[in-house]
Amino acid sequence: MTELAEPVRPTDRAGATAPPWCDRCGGESATGGHAACAAARVLEPPRYCAHCRRRMKVQVLPVGWSAACVEHGEIRG
Amino acid sequence: MPEILDQARTQVLENGVGLDESGVLAVLNLPDEHLPAALQLAHEVRMRWCGPEVEVEGIVSLKTGGCPEDCHFCSQSGLFTSPVRSVWLDIPSLVEAAKQTAKTGATEFCIVAAVRGPDARLMKQMREGVAAIRAEVDIQVAASLGMLSQEQVDELVDMGVHRYNHNLETCRSYFPNVVTTHSWEERWETLRMVRESGMEVCCGGILGLGESVEQRAEFAAQLAELDPHEVPLNFLNPRPGTPLGDRPVVEGKDALRAIAAFRLAMPRTILRYAGGREITLGDLGTRDGLLGGINAVIVGNYLTTLGRPATADLDLLEDLKMPVKALSETL
Ligand code: SF4
Ligand SMILES: [Zn+2]
Ligand SMILES: [Zn+2]
Repeated sequence: MTELAEPVRPTDRAGATAPPWCDRCGGESATGGHAACAAARVLEPPRYCAHCRRRMKVQVLPVGWSAACVEHGEIRG
Repeated sequence: MPEILDQARTQVLENGVGLDESGVLAVLNLPDEHLPAALQLAHEVRMRWCGPEVEVEGIVSLKTGGCPEDCHFCSQSGLFTSPVRSVWLDIPSLVEAAKQTAKTGATEFCIVAAVRGPDARLMKQMREGVAAIRAEVDIQVAASLGMLSQEQVDELVDMGVHRYNHNLETCRSYFPNVVTTHSWEERWETLRMVRESGMEVCCGGILGLGESVEQRAEFAAQLAELDPHEVPLNFLNPRPGTPLGDRPVVEGKDALRAIAAFRLAMPRTILRYAGGREITLGDLGTRDGLLGGINAVIVGNYLTTLGRPATADLDLLEDLKMPVKALSETL
């Protein structure tokens, strides 16, 4: 994820270089305080869509995972 | 040498008789300076009564989330504000997961569902899924589907499920603090039926739920009474949105003390590293546990969280000169 030079509000995404929502806790990325989320994500799949904050349907598999947002599609890791 | 370790050397190592509750408590209360000796003895016990092989298992969630029960540690309960959503795995993906697991050299593949107990839909999925795996993959199939009726136990036997996991989670006296939607005794009843059916019994729990050291010893003694084929040992990984989401993780040394103590209570069981070891013990502690009584691992990911890559564990086993148990030894 790219560092933001300036805070970007979730409602003002035009030109944003980073998704507006934390994919672990669903909080606003711009408010900060997600270092612990980023650390935890090493051993967890994402739970929230980073683009729209919807809770995703997540399937963890022995190798890898998939996470699907009804609006923004599926991502895999 | 503390008296309890001298006693354990004769009683457990030489005679194969596990420590009772007070003995386990004495081990759990050993000061740090005696922890290496306790781990060393537990390792000798494991080598003497189980051998050097390590049983490798993979697990997968067939039905995730939306569970009606309220186990306070669990992100899959539908009663908490956990972000985990309900999702079902299809049969082709289940078979693929079994194949990936078998590729690691694992002999066990456990299919898990977040339910109070199976309904007709889940049993149908199991019947199809287990048949498809058995037709295509060389691996033993285990299951963990919550509380069972006698009819469901018989059905699982018929499908060829060889081992059933049903954790007591914690000791009897602490259980009502952790789960209120069903009782410890209901879980015990399922375990009794599984045992009588001839399936292997897999039963363990989670440390770090807020139980006292005395209650940890109580739990080990109750497991020893059940005498399961396998005991999976989890350490709480506090999940956001659950009632135990803010609890601290178990301290590494306490986790290792528990590993040694549980091994000394159950010299012959398969004592498996399950969830939470990554955050509780890290890489170094993982190694210490494998040299302190553990003789089985879950490789790869868990049900809702991720584990270390399977290769990290397999490399460690090679390093420790512990062979992976072969499929022929499990039949
Ligand atoms: S029964 Fe199993 S899936 Fe359901 S809340 Fe309890 S631990 Fe979680
Ligand atoms: Zn966050
Ligand atoms: Zn989305």
